[in-house]
Formats: sequence, structure tokens, C-alpha cells
Amino acid sequence: MHATTNTLGTSPRDDKTDAPIGASVDAQTEAQTGAQTGAQTEAQTGAQIIIRSLIAHGVDVVFGYPGGQVLDIYDELYQHADQIRHVITAHEQGAAHAADGYARATGKVGVVIATSGPGATNLVTGIATAHLDSIPLVAITGNVTTKLLGKDSFQETDIFGITIPVTKHNYIVKDIKALPHILAEAFAIAQSGRPGPVLIDVPRDVQTARCESAIVKPYTLHADTPPQEQDGLAQDSTSVVSKEALAKKAHAKEVLTKEALARAVELITASERPYIYCGGGVLSAAAGLEVAQFAEHIDAVIGCSIMGLTAIPASHPRNLGMTGMHGREASIRAQDSADLIIAIGARFSDRATGNKAHYIADKKFLHLDIDAAEIDKNVSTSASLIGDIAPLLQALTAKLQPTKRVAWQEEIAAIVLEANAEEAPDDALSASDGLSTADTFDAPLDTPLDAKSIIRAVRKRSADDTIIVTDVGQHQMWVAQNYSFENPRTFLTSGGLGTMGFGMGAAIGACLGSSLANNTAPRKTVLFTGDGSFGMNLNEMATAVSQSLPLVIIIMNNGVLGMVRQWQALFYDERYSSTTLDRTTDFVALARAFGAEGCRVESRAELDTALDTAFAASGPFVVDCAIEKDEQVFPMIPPGGTIDNMLLG
Amino acid sequence: MSDHKIIIGAIVNNQFGVLMRITELFTKRCYNIDSLEVGVTDDPAYSRMTIVATGDASVEEQIIKQLSKLHDVRHAAIIPTERASVREHMLIKLKVAPNTNAALTAMINARGAKVIDFSAETITAEVTGEVESNDGFIECAREFGILEICRAGAQALHRGTECL
Repeated sequence: MHATTNTLGTSPRDDKTDAPIGASVDAQTEAQTGAQTGAQTEAQTGAQIIIRSLIAHGVDVVFGYPGGQVLDIYDELYQHADQIRHVITAHEQGAAHAADGYARATGKVGVVIATSGPGATNLVTGIATAHLDSIPLVAITGNVTTKLLGKDSFQETDIFGITIPVTKHNYIVKDIKALPHILAEAFAIAQSGRPGPVLIDVPRDVQTARCESAIVKPYTLHADTPPQEQDGLAQDSTSVVSKEALAKKAHAKEVLTKEALARAVELITASERPYIYCGGGVLSAAAGLEVAQFAEHIDAVIGCSIMGLTAIPASHPRNLGMTGMHGREASIRAQDSADLIIAIGARFSDRATGNKAHYIADKKFLHLDIDAAEIDKNVSTSASLIGDIAPLLQALTAKLQPTKRVAWQEEIAAIVLEANAEEAPDDALSASDGLSTADTFDAPLDTPLDAKSIIRAVRKRSADDTIIVTDVGQHQMWVAQNYSFENPRTFLTSGGLGTMGFGMGAAIGACLGSSLANNTAPRKTVLFTGDGSFGMNLNEMATAVSQSLPLVIIIMNNGVLGMVRQWQALFYDERYSSTTLDRTTDFVALARAFGAEGCRVESRAELDTALDTAFAASGPFVVDCAIEKDEQVFPMIPPGGTIDNMLLG
Repeated sequence: MSDHKIIIGAIVNNQFGVLMRITELFTKRCYNIDSLEVGVTDDPAYSRMTIVATGDASVEEQIIKQLSKLHDVRHAAIIPTERASVREHMLIKLKVAPNTNAALTAMINARGAKVIDFSAETITAEVTGEVESNDGFIECAREFGILEICRAGAQALHRGTECL
């Protein structure tokens, strides 16, 4: 299990057991959840089981939108308002993103509730966003009564069928007796192994039915013990199929073999130029420190996928920053020079690798991941270790002598020096530290407002634990490249699905989640967005205002869909088909209309005052920053291209 | 890497929606299903599927890994063709006329099939054999006139003592 702790204890279970476990009502849980009676066999309605189960699973806030088929769940929320907070969003998509942002910021499972039909389908983009980024969510939807299912009833959709491709697992509950177990299993699946979203569709009559069953205690699917070293395992069992054998097989998948470890050690020992490619799995596993120590041990450098960006502090001398299509030049060049890529919790997305044939040429690959299916999916590996990252790295470190790779580090130093000189020629001095120049470089006040200046100015006003959320597009890449993230889980972005409109909901969820987790008043949270992305879900301003959330919303407003425009400029001979927005939206007036504040920034000179005001505001504050429409994101490796095609601007 | 026939055996929870999950996985990952056959096992909690697909070695590996990730899949493995007992069940309804009756009956008997229904104008045969053998039966039956055909998809077990 990652990142969350099981406070109520677990009973040992095999990977995929269906038999209800912990089936007794746990009097302690009842007491902790403040259930009105401690009677073990009190008949409870389905709606009561749902809310009490959420409380038993430590859920402090749910995001959602009421409707006809979740009236009973909302009635229970009303009655348990002192134990579980409900945040109504402007739209169910915003609620799904909020639950996702909550989960990304806290590492806990985010919960979203929606009614049947359009309520449920409005969740789909949010669920798919969480699915591609491996974020633990539990989505609960109402549906028409079981008798009306399949009759094209009012607000009926087959959300079970619709969400099969975008969930880790999903359910439609037709029998209340299964409900307590399904709720606990949903939480277990969402956060065990590789996290992901789980949907539970509950027809209304199941919410109102009564059942003398107990809340099932939280548990995890995988044993919490680290992988044990074992001699080679038989590939094929010759025993008859039995539940025991199946359970053993489920466990065997995660057992670290001596052979696999030996192959990994051999690869690393033989490597002269190791490069660690760190992905979002490192954050899920809370193993950033272990990765950094491992890099130190074998004298490797580190590059991150966009999802792995905050796993290692930007200031860490071995961290070269983001790799991939819009990665930092030094990181991309170092990766290209490497002879061994050690991928940790990463999945070799097409955006990370670019041209696959070039990417894999003259390299070997060692892959560490908790999801066996990621091994050899996109890139063929020479060795792989499957399991929880921290214990895998400990096992590897124990087998390897600390090594210095002097020639490699000299080469890296030269790469960094050259890349930094190219990226910030005005500020070559700070290049020697091998880091982004973002924190130290200030453009003169008389220069036009540009994205990097805005990011630097925000960084100056933020703490290392300030959560930064983005939408999708150029602003997202600029932030990923230039904001120096120091703490894990402080950069929330839709990496896999690239969901424009993710930001507002995610910022709301993150702001609430981080404050609840730290037991503080809502903490300053920054959303970087574009005028395109913001336009998609700006209705959630209403939610931010109603919750009095101190969001600083930076709109990088260039009047165009900048990233698509950039592709049109570079690859479509500047035929700007439908990317010039020609809108006259007054975002400051809009902010006021929602009950928020805002200001417009048109020059570098106005930026500092505007940000000072925004950071001092107690509620949401929109900073509408006018930037040039032709500012582009560089470096850029064109789609399917190689390092030789890298555009530096 | 060259494409070949892949036979997969899978034990799955005998539960609502499992078939949809599995076919959706094949659709989503762009794997071709040649045939899929499913039935409950001796333990009613589980069903066993035989899926025949086409792909190269990496597709073969990914299919097993991706199937294994599904919560409702208890166990999934390749049954290598050289170690597999494979059979397909088929019902076939053929036209019959007085002048073809004898030849048709002879063909059915010669191929080890069984007549399970007949009328003045039709004979329905039950055929069980390897998939290629059933293909052969269909070819032979064409000259008599095929009215309807119902093929179940391949079923496979390991040969000998080996089990899934």
C-alpha cells in the first residue's frame, strides 16, 4: 500500500479474495465513526452503510452534486455533517477533479458522489483523468431502482458499462448485502498496488433497503510486508486449481527473485552512464528520498517525467529536471547520452520517449514498477523488478557497492553548463549550480510580460509546500519546466489525459485536502491556467468562493489556444484553424461576478503589485496576465522526433 | 516478431460484467480475439474462459499481464499450442434431399460427427474436433448446402497432468 496508513488494522488477505472479510461489525469502528448505536446487527439502510463506511475509511470531505437518485445518500450526509464535509461543486466534472486534486495533494483516496444519468456521465472525464495518472478515487453514483434498470428510465445510464475502460475496477450493487464489502473493497483497490479510480453504482432501492450487516473495516489488498527474496519460482503450477493455489500465484507475482535482482545488479555494475527516469509511481510510493539515495549510491543522475516531477527536489544536485517532449535540455541530453535508463515508477509514455527507435538505441533499460504490465509494454527491458519501490531500492542498494562514475559526472557537468547557457544566456552565472535559473533571474521591468517572469514572481511568493495546480497547455509546460518544486505532491497536473479544465476543480480539492490533512485553515493554493483551459470549467469559481478558498488563479491570457497554435505555427504553416479565440471575456469582472476578486496585469511592471494583492487576499483571486500569443514552449522535441530535432526557440 | 495463434486460459469470477471487462480490455488494447468461450467451472464461484487471439510474443505477454490486472481475473495463462488439447464444438444444419441423403450421412459418419436432429429436408449434425478439422467439415458440407451453423469457439486444456 502506498502513502496511506491503515489505522484500523488489516486482516491478512490474498490479492483477490472475494469472500467478505472482517465481516463482523467492528464495535470500535462504530464508536469511532460516531454511529448512533453500537449494536452490531442494527439494520442499516444502504445510504447509511455508504456514509458510515466513508467515515470508517477516514474520509473527511466528499465532493459532489445531489440529484434524484442520490437523495438518500445526501440525507445521510446531512445527518452526518459534523463528521464528513460535503462540497457541492458547480458541475459534476468539477467534483471529480476536486476529488482527484484532494487525492493528489494528500495521498488519500478522493471521494466524489453524483446522481444517475448526466450526473454520472459528467464524472467520466474526471475519472479518466485520474485513471491515466493512477490517482486513487472512489466515485459513488446513484442509479434508478433495480426494477427500472434497463428500461431507458428517466436519467438512467449504464455508468457501469461506460466506466469499465476508465476505472481500475467498478461495481453495480444490486444487493444491499454486498454493499459493506464492496465499499471496503473499493477503497482497498483504489489505493493498493498501482492506485486508480473505482466506481460504485448504487441503484436507489439499494440505498433505501435495510440490512443487518456491518461496516467492513478498511484493509489493503496486498500484504504490507516488503517483497521477500526467494529462489526462482516455478512458472507453471502443476497442482490442481484451488483457491489456495490461486492466492499463492497472486502473491508470487510480487516476489522479488534472486535472479531478477542479480540481473539488475549486473546491469548497473556494467553501466558507465546511468540515468534514473523517475515517474509518478515514486510519488505514489513516497519513495523520493530512496530514489535520491540510490542515485547517490550508484552515482547516477535523475530526470523526471511530468508526473514524477516533485518526487525529487528541484534543488537536488542530481536532479536534471523534466524529460520528454518539453523537458529541460540538460535532462534530455543526459538521457540521450546514458547507457542505462533506470525507470522507476514510470511508463515510457510517448510524450516522454519521443521517437521510440532512437530512444532505445544504444541503451539498456532496467525497470522498477509495482505494475507488472508496465514492464516491456512500451520499451523492452534488460531487467525488471516488480514491487513497492522503496524496498526494491533497498534490496538493490544492499547488493551494490557505492560507486563513483567520474567521467559520467564530468560529461553531465558539461551538458548542464551548455544547456543552461542556451536556456538563459543573460544569467550564465547561476548555470554553474546545475539548476534551473528560474529563482534568480528577473526580467527588467520594461520588458513585456512573459510566462517565465510570472512563474518566477509566483515562486518568490510561495512556500516550498505551496501546492501548484495547472490546467493543460503551454502554461502547464512552462510551469513544469520553470517552477522549482521542492516538496512532493506540490505540483498537480493532468499528465496522462491532458484534461483542459482540470485545474479549477483540482485546486479546490487540493486546497481543502491539504488544509484538512494539516488541520489548518485553507492554505494558499496557486492555479496556473490559460484563457482556454479556464474557460472550460470557470464555473467552479462559484465553488471556490462559497468555500472561501484562498486560491491564486493566474491566467496566462494570450487570447489563443497556445499549445495547439504552437503546433499550427510549427507544423501547419501558421494556419491557425480555430485557435484564435476572439473573445472579449473580462476575467476581472467575471471574478467579481462570482464574488471573488481579480486584477488585470499587462506589463512586467504591474506584476509584483498584482501578485502581492493576490497572495494577501483571503478568498479566490484572479490575476489575468496578458502574455504574447506567439510565446512558445521550448525546448520542444517534435512528435515522433529525436534529440537531433530538438527546438530550442 | 511474427504473429501466431495465442491460446489463453483464464479463471474468472463468475460475476456480472466479467465478459464485458475482458472483451473491453481486448478492444482497448487493440488485441484481436479469434474466439472466446466461457462456462462455469465445478466451483460455481468461477468461470473458465478460453480465448484465442493472434499476435506476436510481446502481445502474448501483454495480454496475460493486462488480464491479470483485472480484479475479476483470478488467474490467466498461455496454454502453449504444442501442449494443448483443443476442441471446438459445432452444430451445423444441412439441406438434405433423397438423392443426397446417403452421401451426407456417410460424410457425417466418416468424420465422427453425430446426427442430432433431422427432418424431411434437413439434417443437423453435432461436430466436435480441432478447429481446423471443423473447418474441413464445413468445406465438405458446402456441396450439400449449409443452412445454419453455430460454432462455440475453441476450448483448451493442458495435456497431461499440467493444469492452469
